[in-house]
Amino acid sequence: MAVVTYIEAITKGLWEEMERDSSVFLLGEDIGEYGGAFKATKGFLNHFGSDRVIDTVLAESAILGAATGAALVGMKPVAEIQFADFVTSGFNQLVNNSATMHYRWNIPVPMVVRLPSGAGIHGGPFHSRNPEAWFFHQPGLKLVAPSTPYDAKGLIKSAIRDPNPVLYFEHKRLYRHIKGEVPEDDYTVEIGKGDIKREGNDISVVTYGATVHQALEAAELLEKEDGVSVEVLDLRSLMPLDKDLILDSVRKTGKLLIAHEDNITGGIGGEVAALVAEFAFENLDAPIKRIGAIDTPTPYSPTLEEFFLPNKNKIVAALRALAAF
Amino acid sequence: MATATLKKESKEEKSHRWKELGLSNAKVIDLYRQMLLIRRFEERSAQEYGKSKIGGFCHLYIGQEAVGVGAIAALRDDDYIFSAYRDHGHALARGMDPKGIMAELFGKFTGCSKGMGGSMHMFDASRGFMGGYGIVGGHVPLASGTAFGSKYLGKDSVTVCFFGEAAANQGVFHETLNLAALWKLPVVFICENNRFGMGTAVERSTAVWDIYHKASAYDMTRQWIDGMDVLEMYRVVKQAVDRARKSNEPTMLEARTYRFRGHSMSDPIHGHYRTKEEVEEQKRSDPILVFGHELLEAGILAQKTIDEMELEIKRIVAESVEFAERSPEPPADFLYENVYV
Ligand SMILES: Cc1ncc(C[n+]2csc(CCOP(=O)(O)OP(=O)(O)O)c2C)c(N)n1
Repeated sequence: MAVVTYIEAITKGLWEEMERDSSVFLLGEDIGEYGGAFKATKGFLNHFGSDRVIDTVLAESAILGAATGAALVGMKPVAEIQFADFVTSGFNQLVNNSATMHYRWNIPVPMVVRLPSGAGIHGGPFHSRNPEAWFFHQPGLKLVAPSTPYDAKGLIKSAIRDPNPVLYFEHKRLYRHIKGEVPEDDYTVEIGKGDIKREGNDISVVTYGATVHQALEAAELLEKEDGVSVEVLDLRSLMPLDKDLILDSVRKTGKLLIAHEDNITGGIGGEVAALVAEFAFENLDAPIKRIGAIDTPTPYSPTLEEFFLPNKNKIVAALRALAAF
Repeated sequence: MATATLKKESKEEKSHRWKELGLSNAKVIDLYRQMLLIRRFEERSAQEYGKSKIGGFCHLYIGQEAVGVGAIAALRDDDYIFSAYRDHGHALARGMDPKGIMAELFGKFTGCSKGMGGSMHMFDASRGFMGGYGIVGGHVPLASGTAFGSKYLGKDSVTVCFFGEAAANQGVFHETLNLAALWKLPVVFICENNRFGMGTAVERSTAVWDIYHKASAYDMTRQWIDGMDVLEMYRVVKQAVDRARKSNEPTMLEARTYRFRGHSMSDPIHGHYRTKEEVEEQKRSDPILVFGHELLEAGILAQKTIDEMELEIKRIVAESVEFAERSPEPPADFLYENVYV
């Protein structure tokens, strides 16, 4: 098995699906000649040609609308939104058109939207967002957010093969910082299935994206220093949520911490908390805790950004508070 | 596409160019000085970025100085300006303190946006500088709002809105032009066509290469300008602003210019999407060099004065860096301070 970075895994998944299925094509700003703002599609234009690797105009609504239209006639577009923040400029296409086509007319919309998200790179208010919750609220869209190279490749393949519009949230900070083993052969990661990234008995951490890695480090520390056994559940798929996996984990441990980088209020963690409160209330030995970014826009100042974001230490503190119950 | 080339005029004609515009020698020398300040300020910013003193994203205006300086010189203090994300030059041309801009780049509490925004978010309401914006095209409709406000409130302030040629591909650009034409708003749209939206050449991103023609769909007065010529910028923008002020007539201008640096700090100057030769060729119309030459030839500026100016600017820029270095970080609880009024 090859060890690759998170972004290389995305690239490999895209490449393989392009080879496999000629109806798959890519479109987005600067993805061809430039190779993508983060170089995810470097070399694609030369190999696949300009019919299938399309440098678009700077117009997100046109990109997302055109992708939706192409999907209606059986194409499998993969649209790159250069930074997830810019999806705002094409919001209508996704939530009104892409999301409701099948509901209204039984026409599948097999499209993928890649959304480089997340903070921690001093991008400031408009280049740091985690906008998944906006779309979480819209029935008809599927949402995935891989944390490892293995999941990144497996999920981009599943997303492309899925007959529904799938929003693929890829965390910018993981691109070149996270490496992992990725099989050379064709495999997929099922959308809707979470993954226990670390088994434990005392506390469950439900998390996704970049925060998975902070949770794993925190769990390691708690094991060593406090002798507390922490389970880390990586959602991977935000819509649909793997409800059974979440409930099973909490029924086992009796304590739940939800951690994500998106800000707390109105975040996906609230839905996870509601799920557990509704279906596993009697199994809880402590109040549910949530960690996320502070409820403000993302500050540019690196010092404030650090204060603003969740991190290992904040997770450790929350876990210790839960362990004390 | 007609490209920006300097008109070859005789020495005599040239020396009268600014007189005809009603500009004094001192004012013209100041325009030169402003362009030089922007250039040196940004060269230093690039160095500080290299030292990781400036983080995140940083987009330089180098090569385009004549556009912002010439256009903003045509405004009154009570006019409004919107910039896009390549905003350092516009902020400096509007007279904002280099210290506050550098401190913002450093993410310090003394920055013009208190360190909360960074490079793309310069702001100074006291100067009508209504900000830089990081979502391409997203700020264009705001300009119709301030223009509407001025008209409604019976003030004769004009709004000027800068954006790149790639931004003109966003739907919101067209929505706004239609609205401004229909409502007869005192606004001047200035598209800085530097030929590239990141790595995509203008010919590959729009079906209409003469960007100013886009305004014809809204029957709006429109024109292209040599954006490498600060006096041409001043002349044409002044006409448009006067028209807006007097008769609430909007104008769409396309300034043809060129970015000498990469799109952002991580983008090489040439390589993927343009050749070294192309950049070198364009640098021959460097707005500062060419204008400096014109002033020297006209005899209103001496090389000695330029040298002194360079020294003074070097000091101003160095002071801005020292100020930024010395300034405090924003305190953690400030995060919450301004989320709501
Ligand atoms: C809505 C949106 N889409 C994409 C981007 C990414 N992006 C930033 S600048 C840029 C190119 C903009 O070109 P132009 O408007 O011509 O301005 P210039 O760079 O020439 O100053 C792109 C694609 C963005 N910031 N916002």
